[in-house]
Amino acid sequence: MLKKRVIVCLDVKDGRTTKGVRFLDNVDVGDPVEMAAEYYRQGVDELVFYDIMASARDRGPTLDLIRRVAEKVFIPFCVGGGISTVADIRSTILAGAEKISINSPAVRNPLLIEEGAGIFGAQCIVLGMDAKRDPAMPSGYRVFINGGRVATDLDAVAWAAEAERLGAGEIVLNSIDADGTRDGYEIPITRMISERVSIPVVASGGAGTPAHMARVLTEGKADAALIASMVHSGDYTVKSIKEELAKLGVPVRL
Amino acid sequence: MTGIIDYNAGNIRSVELALRALGAEYRISKDPRDLASADRVIFPGVGEARFAMRELRATGFDSFLRDWAASGKPLLGVCLGSQIVFDHSEENDTPCLGLIPGVVRRFPSDFRERGLKVPHMGWNDVHFKNGGSPLFDGVADGSAFYFVHSYYVEPADPACVTAACEYGITVPCGVRRGNVEAFQFHPEKSAAAGLRLLANFTGAKGGPAC
Repeated sequence: MLKKRVIVCLDVKDGRTTKGVRFLDNVDVGDPVEMAAEYYRQGVDELVFYDIMASARDRGPTLDLIRRVAEKVFIPFCVGGGISTVADIRSTILAGAEKISINSPAVRNPLLIEEGAGIFGAQCIVLGMDAKRDPAMPSGYRVFINGGRVATDLDAVAWAAEAERLGAGEIVLNSIDADGTRDGYEIPITRMISERVSIPVVASGGAGTPAHMARVLTEGKADAALIASMVHSGDYTVKSIKEELAKLGVPVRL
Repeated sequence: MTGIIDYNAGNIRSVELALRALGAEYRISKDPRDLASADRVIFPGVGEARFAMRELRATGFDSFLRDWAASGKPLLGVCLGSQIVFDHSEENDTPCLGLIPGVVRRFPSDFRERGLKVPHMGWNDVHFKNGGSPLFDGVADGSAFYFVHSYYVEPADPACVTAACEYGITVPCGVRRGNVEAFQFHPEKSAAAGLRLLANFTGAKGGPAC
């Protein structure tokens, strides 16, 4: 049967991995290439790299980093941040990435999803979405861009459905409220989006324990759980997390 | 030497990097003439069938692949490459290479109401069928491989199936007919199990990554 995926996210800033809380106060946690190789050894299913300053500074993707990672890890990995044109998508794929995550540029130009999927295939175009609780929105969640700094008029569930219609092959849903808190994923929005779309949904933001992950993968109906602090802090290894998930009845690749 | 066919369809770089890590001798080219002297050929690919067939015709790789299959030398199709070796794909009603009799079908439309996402994306257990394949030497039956696809192959002869996984239906994911072999999953992205398979195909001894 299809396994639930454990994905480790590396936020990259100026060539180093960083981690913040609710998108702020980032601290340096290591070299992204070495960290990627270590998580690969521990049995991670997939990796995601976000160039967290790229969108705000309008900088292109860090292609050299992608090339060095691709030489060392033989699992899929996704790259996000600063990818705003078809040329950016192409150069990122040619550097060795499997998937491209488009967040703010997709909001500004939704046709980028359609164009990218048409050329490179839906499987390669991932919609990255930062959502924050907002009772004024129909689903109760509003989409933010530019690293959570700028509010949009988009409802999170409606935007997910639109991205699927445009050809996105997967959605990485990050909760701004839960990001870095280690208090658990935002279950309601994850479940709403997973039930609304027929493409895989990756839950992101708030992971603190394997039990949190198990909950979003079952109750939240996510296809994959993204983690960062749990492993960057050294509190867990990918292997220990997967063993715990298996004990909790979640199908994982051991 | 292992030839890698480059026809502008997706991420062939990951195949190249996997072979490099294994220490396999390879050559990657957009020109069929460069690969004529290869001992075996990998036909990768990600993307859409009709576009891929158009690229194969434009580069001359369509006739190269037909001649190669007839020559008896080993050919390995991966992902989209594993589909295009069949007669026809439902993806944009595309006539394909016809190296293995059979068709390529879209996952059933009832998947949505059954809560099954399409594409079939992620790691799934692969079980050997009909005795498996020598390419699985050293790989445990039931090992997980990485998949990402919305269409699946249906060989005319079920005896061609060397491996399958379960995703709503039984999905054939390894197929072999004579010298032509095909995998729906991505061995180059399937960690140690996938690298082992590529080492078996290329004859590489394998490196620390394997």
